[in-house]
Order: sequence, then C-alpha cells, then structure tokens
Amino acid sequence: MSGEIKHEWPLFEVFVRAKRGLNHVHVGSLRAADHEMALHHARDLYTRRNEGVSIWVVRSDDVVASGPDDKDAFFAPSGDKVYRHPTHYAIPDSVPHI
Amino acid sequence: MSFDDAYQALTDHDDDARWAYGTGFADPLAGVPTALPDGVDGADLAAYCLMIGDDALILSHRLQQWVTRAPELEDEMAIANIGLDLLGQARLLLTRAGEAEGTGRDEDDLAYLRDPADFRHVRLVERDDTDFGQLIARLLVFSTWRLALLDRLATSRDPVLAAIGAKGVKEVAYHREYAAGWAVRLGDGTELSHRRMQDAVDAVWPLLGELFTPHDVEVRLAAAGVAVDPASLRPEFDTVLTEVLRAATLDMPAADTAEAGGIVPVGATSPASGAVSAGGGTGGRDGRHGDELAAILAELQGLARATPGGVW
Repeated sequence: MSGEIKHEWPLFEVFVRAKRGLNHVHVGSLRAADHEMALHHARDLYTRRNEGVSIWVVRSDDVVASGPDDKDAFFAPSGDKVYRHPTHYAIPDSVPHI
Repeated sequence: MSFDDAYQALTDHDDDARWAYGTGFADPLAGVPTALPDGVDGADLAAYCLMIGDDALILSHRLQQWVTRAPELEDEMAIANIGLDLLGQARLLLTRAGEAEGTGRDEDDLAYLRDPADFRHVRLVERDDTDFGQLIARLLVFSTWRLALLDRLATSRDPVLAAIGAKGVKEVAYHREYAAGWAVRLGDGTELSHRRMQDAVDAVWPLLGELFTPHDVEVRLAAAGVAVDPASLRPEFDTVLTEVLRAATLDMPAADTAEAGGIVPVGATSPASGAVSAGGGTGGRDGRHGDELAAILAELQGLARATPGGVW
C-alpha cells in the first residue's frame, strides 16, 4: 500500500489494428492507472463497434515527437524529390492499401 | 475467406461501406432451430428463461444507473458496455420465454408490461449500489456465477439456450475479469479502499444463497438436460472467489447462511410489502421482491406504459 494518493491517472495513447495485415493506427488517448488498466479501457472505449483485432497502449510521456520549429529542416527537403515517388508504376485495382 | 488474391483477405468487401472500420455483425441465433425440444414443458422453459433473463435485465438497469455517476469516464464506458451485454442476453432470453409459453408475447411485452410479482430474478441484482466498491463486489459474484451457468448452458438440449449460453460466455468472461481487476486494486490498495471493498464483499455475501438454491423448475429442466442445476455451480464459484479475494487481500466472509433466498437482504425494506407472489416460495425466483423493484420498474417501464405500442 503506497502512502501517496495520486488524484489523476496518467495519459496513454491507444493504437488499434483493425484487421490482420494492416498497421496499428492511432485512435485516441485515455487515462488509466497502469498499462493493464489502459488495455482494458482501450478495449471498452475504442473497440466497441468491432473495430479491432489488436491493441497497443503507450504512455503519452514516452512518445517523443518532432516539434513545429523543426518543420522546415525535417520535412521541406523531401518536397521536391519527385524521383522518390514510385509514380511510374501502374497499381492493380485489387491493391487497396498503398 | 478466399486467399486467391492476397489483398482480398485484408478487407471484408461485404462490410457496410459507410464505416471506416469493419462491422461484420452476426446474429448469434442465425440458423438455430426454435422448436421446443421433445418432452419439455413449454411453461417450465418459459419460467426458466424469465429467471435468467430477468437477472440480466434488472442488473443491466442497475448498471445503466451508473452512467453519469461513475468515478472515471473510462469506467463509465466499461460499466455501460457490461450493461449493454446483459441487456442483449435479456432480450434473447425474454424472446425465448415468449416463444416457449406460446402466448405471442414478445421481449417488449415481457420487459415492459409485467408487474413486479411476475419478475423472477434473484435479489442480488435488485439492490442499489451505495458506492463503487459495492458495484464491483456485486458484479464479481454475479459474473462469476453467471459465467459458470452460461458455460454449462452451452450444452443444453434446447438449441436456443445453448446458443445464448455460448454467446454469453465470451461477454461475461470479460465482466468477471473487469470486476476481479477492480476488486484486487481496491482490496490491495490503500487502507481506505481496502476497508470499503471488504465492507462491500461482506454486504453482498448474504445474498448468495439464492444463486445456488435450485427452484422446482430448474430441477425438472435440469433432469431433462435443458437447464443447469445451480447447486452444481458452487464449487467453481468458490474456487474463483477464493482466488480473487486472496489476491485482493480480502477476507472471505463466514458461510453465507442465506437459505433458499428467503432472507431479507441487509438494508432492504420489507420484502413482503407490495409485491407478493402467486407462487408459494419466498425468494426472488418466486416473484418475491423488495420495494426497490417497484422503483426500478417505474423507471424501466414508465415510458412504454405511457405510450403503448410506441415506436421511434
């Protein structure tokens, strides 16, 4: 029994994989006391309508994000490199996720 | 699912295209024959479906009353989900009760137009929760008992009850996990949460007897391979509760002395006032309920009774 009572649970980010073969996608966040509770809450909040086959939860504190100040240095250089895009291939109609 | 095209397997093309995610909902009773099994009395089967259907209906209502009152938004959703699962079970069971009695009553007639003395749930589901610990203690004992029941019901000779049991097992397994998780957190938490969780377990214990006391209808239908003898659920229940309470550092209350469900729940008003059963027994299964049921039904049935046949 710990002496300190925390009055607000930490924030978690939730990722759900909708179907076998697809990626986990960020769907939102929630509060929970620990990882196990976060998984349960994610199941209750984000998979109620048959959305998922797998859930990841990550402490929001543990996410390292790029900042707005870095935007130009990070992203602008890729804006004019057309040769990096595989635009010269015909994609078959039966390929839905690309 | 066809694997001729590797990409085909990634999408359900029969899904409703309006939704970003898969829907793929299935009717749990699709293709299940609804004829009564040979040698089964329709009145008995109807009574049995009302018993375990009313358990789900009334507890679902009590859980719905937590919506807007739960301590955290996330838990509010969890409690509402559990209430909806139980409501779904109640709908299937009341529909089956109507089929079995053969009077043409449907789920709505049975839920909205019956009087208190015609309800057949155990007293455990009727009581109000005075705090979150009480909600958890009740949900823990109810879902442990009901999971054991539905698991056995899945092999019933009545194909509809068997399908309802098989569907419900997956739902109630989660309810039990949710309740057990909170019982352990609170019991093994702070001094205050431990004390209140222990109080909640102590308060729910006198209501257990009724869960395991076979009613005449259950005895007859269990002999016919249709129902489950509730006395047979006790060993599994005791094993699970012993394990959970130990992990939660909670004491198991002394033997529940509740015989046959005839006892007055702690804190309940006189069960004899108001609702008196047509049956001779003294428990909830015989239609003997406390005054609290009248308040539940006023809320549950008020709108349907005020606008008969209303649809929207």
